[in-house]
Amino acid sequence: MLPSDAPEPSRRSFLKQTGGLLGVVLAPPLMGQAEALADKLRPAPPVIGGDIELALNINGVNRTLRAEPRTTLLDALRERLDLTGTKKGCDHGQCGACTVLVDGRRINACLALAIMQQGKQITTIEGLAIGDGLHPMQAAFLKHDGFQCGYCTPGQILSGVACVQEGHATTDDQCREWMSGNLCRCGAYPNIVAAVREVAQNK
Amino acid sequence: MNNFTYVQAATAQEATGLRKATPTAAYIAGGTTLLDLMKANLETPSQLVDINHLPFKGIEATTDGLRIGAMERMSDVGEHPLVVQQYPAVSESLLLAASPQLRNMASIGGNMLQRTRCGYFRDAAFACNKRLPGSGCPAQHGDHHNLAILGTSAACIATAYPGDLAVALAALDAVLTLESAAGKQRKVPVAAFYLLPGTTPQRETVLEPGELIVAVTVPAAAHARRSTYLKVRERASYAYALASAAVGLDVQGGIIKSARVALGGVGTRPWRSPEAEKVLTGAPATEATFRAAAAAALHGAQPLNDNRYKVELAQNTLVQALLKVAG
Repeated sequence: MLPSDAPEPSRRSFLKQTGGLLGVVLAPPLMGQAEALADKLRPAPPVIGGDIELALNINGVNRTLRAEPRTTLLDALRERLDLTGTKKGCDHGQCGACTVLVDGRRINACLALAIMQQGKQITTIEGLAIGDGLHPMQAAFLKHDGFQCGYCTPGQILSGVACVQEGHATTDDQCREWMSGNLCRCGAYPNIVAAVREVAQNK
Repeated sequence: MNNFTYVQAATAQEATGLRKATPTAAYIAGGTTLLDLMKANLETPSQLVDINHLPFKGIEATTDGLRIGAMERMSDVGEHPLVVQQYPAVSESLLLAASPQLRNMASIGGNMLQRTRCGYFRDAAFACNKRLPGSGCPAQHGDHHNLAILGTSAACIATAYPGDLAVALAALDAVLTLESAAGKQRKVPVAAFYLLPGTTPQRETVLEPGELIVAVTVPAAAHARRSTYLKVRERASYAYALASAAVGLDVQGGIIKSARVALGGVGTRPWRSPEAEKVLTGAPATEATFRAAAAAALHGAQPLNDNRYKVELAQNTLVQALLKVAG
């Protein structure tokens, strides 16, 4: 099933129209019933399936792609949009390698459907640098050697940015706790904590 | 993951109508549990009904307590000043759960409906009475070090709800508001929402097909303000509980006026312990009392070889939690 090509009337405009029409014939005490009736008359929401066009705002740029509803945000980024900076580790929300920011909040892109992220602001590691200049968190990871193999690093950096923004990097212990959703199998944890803490202190 | 269609519901009526029209559909909110299960082919819904736009929102004080909309996220509830100050066990249970990323995604309603972490349930190559009724329970003679010691049956020994929030809510007499496909609302205490496995471990809650979780309310009380959630894990953070305790005490002049106790990680459901509360109520707030309460809470435990350690672990966890709020 594909969504109809005809523009769907919005819920609000339909309610206004229906409620308005019914309001003319119904006395004010019956308005509640009119609204209930309008709810019943509202067209069923579109059922979306198959290969469909999705619109995502990533790093401030509007991108379109064709994908099925089952496509995760992580797979949309990596397999459809050539944004391979976001990594796939466990694909089950257990490692944090796929961490991205959605409307400023860190999430696991592997457990989010791309279709449900439309209309939101998505930030990936590719969108963090300011022009040619590194984001302070990227610079701090370099300075403190906050990685070895580098696979978990994009997720660590995005999580670190959010951790500082949330105010959860005020002590080493707090930083460790609030960075615990990002695993590093190389064990670069002490240097990761040093990097995140430095950015928090310079803020 | 199987393919499916996707539809966004704007109202509860629309959501329940969609589920009624397509009984093989599933609701999706945060998706952290559902998509994880779908990737393992443990759930294969033909349609996902997105309920994120339902008006089940708000974290607010009511005349007699706290009301949390089911669509609120774990992170927002866990750090809300009202929850932190008046219901610390609820806040702590949320902030000790999962990871910051998952807490930003997961809804309160979805949290209630987590599935067990029992390895045999999670691996479709094995028999499992919960997944395939009548197929058997390999956990009884297999790996059960993280499974339940209270409320178990011959059919199932899984900690069906592996999380934390429902343990704190069960302790503090929280009540869920549910809405049926017919638009009727009913109220169910969290402690009664979860079912014992018995001979039907596939049925985990009293939720009817298509029924929605609307909100959870927690009564205000002295023991709610003086409550805590203590969680013991295999690593310091980002792990499920081996044992946990949600406790609340109202102590006046050294005597316990009212007590609330629930255990996590050890029961086949969030384990409210009226036995422990009976020992505590009216007794002096001393470690000896707490030890006696812990013994009462674990009195009926039926451990197996590899989870026998949980009897002592749960008792010590409960005593530590009580000492903390009594202090």
